[in-house]
Amino acid sequence: MPKDHGIGAPQKRREDVRFLTGTGKYTDDINVYGQTYCVFVRSDVAHGRIISIDTAEAEAMPGVVRIFTGKDFEDVGGVPCGWLVTDRNGEPMKEPRHPVLAQGKVRHVGDPYAAVVADTLQEARDAAEAIVADIEELDAAVNMKAALEPGAPRVHDDLSDNLCYDWLFGSDQDAIDKAFSEAAHVTTLELVNNRLVANPMEPRVALGEYARANDESTLYTTSQNPHVIRLLMGAFVLGIPEHKLRVVAPDVGGGFGTKIFHYAEEAFVTFASRKINRPVKWTSTRSEAFMSDAHGRDHVSKIELALDGDNNFIGLRTDTYANMGAYLSTFASCTPTWLHGTLMAGNYKTPAVQVNVKAVFTNTVPVDAYRGAGRPEATYQLERVVDKAARELGVDPIALRRQNFITEFPYATPVAVEYDTGDYGATMDKLEEMIDRPGFAARREESKARGMLRGLGVNCYIEACGIAPSNLVGQLGARAGLYDAATVRVNATGSISVMVGAHSHGQGHETAFPQVVAEMLGIDESMIDIVHGDTSRIPFGMGTYGSRSLAVCGSAMVRATEKIINKAKKIAGHLLEASDADIELKDGQFTVAGTDKSVAWGDVTLAAYVPHNYPLEDIEPGLEETAFYDPSNFTYPSGAYACEVELDPETGRVTIERFAAADDFGNVINPMIVTGQVHGGIAQGVGQALMESCIYDEDGQLISASYMDYAMPRAEDMPFFQVDHSCVTPCTHNPLGVKGCGEAGAIGSPPAVVNAVLDALNSGGHSVDHIDMPVSPHRVWQAMQG
Amino acid sequence: MTKVTMTVNGKAVSKEVSGNTLMTEFLRDELRLTGTHVGCDTSQCGACVIHVNGQGIKACSMFAVEASGADVTTIEGMANADGSLSVLQQAFQDHHGLQCGFCTPGMVMTAAKLLEENPAPTEHEVRDYLEGNICRCTGYHNIVKAIMAASGQDVSGIAAE
Repeated sequence: MPKDHGIGAPQKRREDVRFLTGTGKYTDDINVYGQTYCVFVRSDVAHGRIISIDTAEAEAMPGVVRIFTGKDFEDVGGVPCGWLVTDRNGEPMKEPRHPVLAQGKVRHVGDPYAAVVADTLQEARDAAEAIVADIEELDAAVNMKAALEPGAPRVHDDLSDNLCYDWLFGSDQDAIDKAFSEAAHVTTLELVNNRLVANPMEPRVALGEYARANDESTLYTTSQNPHVIRLLMGAFVLGIPEHKLRVVAPDVGGGFGTKIFHYAEEAFVTFASRKINRPVKWTSTRSEAFMSDAHGRDHVSKIELALDGDNNFIGLRTDTYANMGAYLSTFASCTPTWLHGTLMAGNYKTPAVQVNVKAVFTNTVPVDAYRGAGRPEATYQLERVVDKAARELGVDPIALRRQNFITEFPYATPVAVEYDTGDYGATMDKLEEMIDRPGFAARREESKARGMLRGLGVNCYIEACGIAPSNLVGQLGARAGLYDAATVRVNATGSISVMVGAHSHGQGHETAFPQVVAEMLGIDESMIDIVHGDTSRIPFGMGTYGSRSLAVCGSAMVRATEKIINKAKKIAGHLLEASDADIELKDGQFTVAGTDKSVAWGDVTLAAYVPHNYPLEDIEPGLEETAFYDPSNFTYPSGAYACEVELDPETGRVTIERFAAADDFGNVINPMIVTGQVHGGIAQGVGQALMESCIYDEDGQLISASYMDYAMPRAEDMPFFQVDHSCVTPCTHNPLGVKGCGEAGAIGSPPAVVNAVLDALNSGGHSVDHIDMPVSPHRVWQAMQG
Repeated sequence: MTKVTMTVNGKAVSKEVSGNTLMTEFLRDELRLTGTHVGCDTSQCGACVIHVNGQGIKACSMFAVEASGADVTTIEGMANADGSLSVLQQAFQDHHGLQCGFCTPGMVMTAAKLLEENPAPTEHEVRDYLEGNICRCTGYHNIVKAIMAASGQDVSGIAAE
C-alpha cells in the first residue's frame, strides 16, 4: 500500500485548485496604480553600428512619458555573468560589457537599443514605431568555427577575437595519449547538439515600482530565483542596496532554466520606474521571447572513445565548440564547462577522460542553461559514441555498457567529481523488463510485414544535481555561494509557515515540502504552508535550477525543523517536568519516554507564545528557526532510458512506439510529482531529438521566431511514457537521501531516440552512422539516400 | 470607442472598448478575469481558449466587439456552483494534469468542448483535439489521461504512474 500522507505519499497538489479555476497570480496578472507600459525597440539586424537614434517625433506622441536609449545607462553597470571560467593557460575568460540598452553597436537580432515608456501599451507601441534609428549593418559572426577564423567579424570591438575561453579539463595529456596509442579500437563521432529555445508557456514579464517616500524599489518578475535577481541587479547593475530592493516572483508559468538569469528588461523597468517615479511594466510577446530569452544547447562536438581488445573503455576525449551568443548570460560560461565536462565520464569506469571546450561569441541571442544544462550535451555525445562503438564492434549495445559500468562507490572520476552512490545495473535491469526486450524481435517482424522499420535505442545517463558545495564552486569560478535557506515559523496555535529559498514554477513545492515537515513532526500536512518567491518574506535563497530544490533547500528545511523539534522538546520537558532528553515526539505528541505523560504539539506551541508556564531563564519565547544548508557534494541521479521507434522508409517519418525510463532518484517524497517531472523532461528531450531547432541564417537572421516556425511538441507528437523510479540508492550526504528529478528526462531521452532511429535504419540495410538532431523526416530520408 | 455588452460567466457586463481591443485584453484588463492567458502572438498556443456561444475560441483571435451580445464562459466560470471543482477540473488534479498551470485554463476549456462533442474519446482523439494547445511541462501524458478519466473511462491501465 502506498502511504497516504507524509514522505512517499502521492499527494494531490494543493496549488492545482487556483490554477484550475483561473485564480493563480502570475506576474502579468499584477497591475499597480499609476502603471506605465514599456515597449523595447529591438535590432532587426544581427550586427550593426548605431549611428544615431532620433526619438524627437516619438517623444511628442500622445501618452509618451519618456524614451530611453543606451546613453541613459552609461553610468550604471552592465548585466553581469555569475561565473568566471579560467582558460587552459590560467587566464580569465573574456567578459564583454552587456549594457541594459545597446551602446555603440547592436549585437544580435532582438538586442534592445531604445525603450518607450507610455501611459498605455498601445501608445508605447505607436511611439516605438516612430523612433528612427540609423544603424549601419555590419557582417555578422554566426557560425562558431567561422567566428574563430582570423579576420572574422568581431562581436565586441574591444576584444581581440570571438574566443571567450579555451578550456581544457580532466586527465593529463600523457594519460590520454597513452590510452589512445594503446587502443585496439577507436570510435569517433562528430555531432551537433541543436540550439533550442526553452519556451516556458508564460512569456517573461517585469514590473518595476518605486516608492520615493522611503526610496524603495519593488520588482515583480518571472524568475526562478528572486534573491539572485536582487543580488545581481542591486549590486552589479543599479547599485541599490538589498534593504531598499524587493524582488517578487509570484506564480511563474514554467522556467526550464531560461528564467534563472538576470535580464536587461528587469533592470530597465526598475531603473525607469525610479527615473519617472511611476511603475513601469513590460510583458514580452512570444516573438520577443524567441529573440531575448536565453537559448539553450548549441554545441558542436567531436568525441573519440578508445577501447582495448576486450572492449573495455580506456580513454575518452572530446572537443566542443559552445555558443555563448553575443553577451555572457548569468550562467553561460559555466554550462559547457563545469556542468558538462565534469559529467563526461558518464556511468563508465573509463580511466582517462579529457574535455576541451572553446566558448565562442557570435551575433546571436545569448545561450545559457536549459533543462539539464551541459549534462544533456555530455550524455548525448557519450551515449551516441558508445552506441556507434557497439555497432562497429558488432557487440550488443547494452552488454557493452554493462561491461563498462562503474560498480563500486564512492567513485572518483577523472573529471573531478565523486559519485557517492548508484546502481547502474539495477536501472538497466529494470529498463530491460519495462521494454520487453525479448519481444522486440517479434515487434520488428510485425513492423517489417507492414513495410516499416522498427528500431530500439537504449542509453544510460548520470547527472550532477543539487549544486553545490559553496567552497568547491567558489574554487571553480562561481561568484556566489550555492547553499539554500529555510525558516520554519511555528505559530501559537501550531500551524506553520515555511519560508523557503527555492522557487516553485510547476514543481509542486507547496505540496511536497509540507509532506516532509509533517512527517518529521507527526502533524497534518494541512497545518503547513510554504512561502516562496518574495525576498521580503523569505530569509534568503539561491532559487530553483539544476534539480536542487529538495536536495538543497529541502535539506535546509529539515535542519530548521530539527531545530524546532529540539526547542519544542525543551518546552515539553518543562511542561511535563521531565528532562528534554527523555522527551519523544511521535504523531504530534510529546511523551516522557516509558510513561503515559504527554502534551500535544499545540500545547507546546501555545506555551512558546503564551509563556506563562515556561522556562524563560533558559530559553527564549517563540518558535521559529532558520537554517542555511550547504551540501558537501553534488547528488548523482542516474538511469537507463529506451525508445522504440517505427520509421517509414517511404517518407523518413519517425513515430515513437514506446518510451521507457528507469531512474534512480534516491528517496522520493511525492511519486506522483516525480513521475510528472520525468514525463515533461522526456517530452523536451524527444522534442529536441525529433522536432525542435532554433535556426539562424548566414546573416544572423533568426528564422524560427514563432510557434509557426519553431516546432513545439504537441499532444499528437508524444506517446504515453513508461516511468519507473523504484531503483533507489539514497544520496549519502543529505538528510533526506534525495537526488533530484527535474532534468533527468531531458538529459536521458535524446540519445535513446537517435539510437533507435539509427537501429531502425541499419536493420533495413541502411548503413547510417549518425544523423544530427532534430531527426526530421527530411534528414532521415536524405540519410537513406546515402 | 464602442460600447459592448455581453454575458460573461453568467453575469451581464457592459464596457466601452476600442475597435482593436482583443478579447484577451478585454477579459484580462477590463474585467480583470486573468485566468485567460496569453502565451503567444500567433494564435498557436491555446492558453487563451474560452467558450463563446458554445464554441471553443482562441480569445486572442477575436476582437471584443465581435463578442457583443454573446454568452461567454472563461476558466473562472468552469467550477461547480458551490465553488467546488467540476468533474473535468477534478480529473486534472487527480491525475496531475498540470504543473506550472499557465496552459491549464486553455487545456480545460478545450477539453470541455471535446467531451461535449465526444463523451468517450480515445487516446488518439484526445491528442488530435488538443492540436491547438501547447503544454511545455507535462509531456501531455497526464493531460490526456485526465481528460479520458473525466469522461468516465478506466485509465488505470495507462503506462505506470
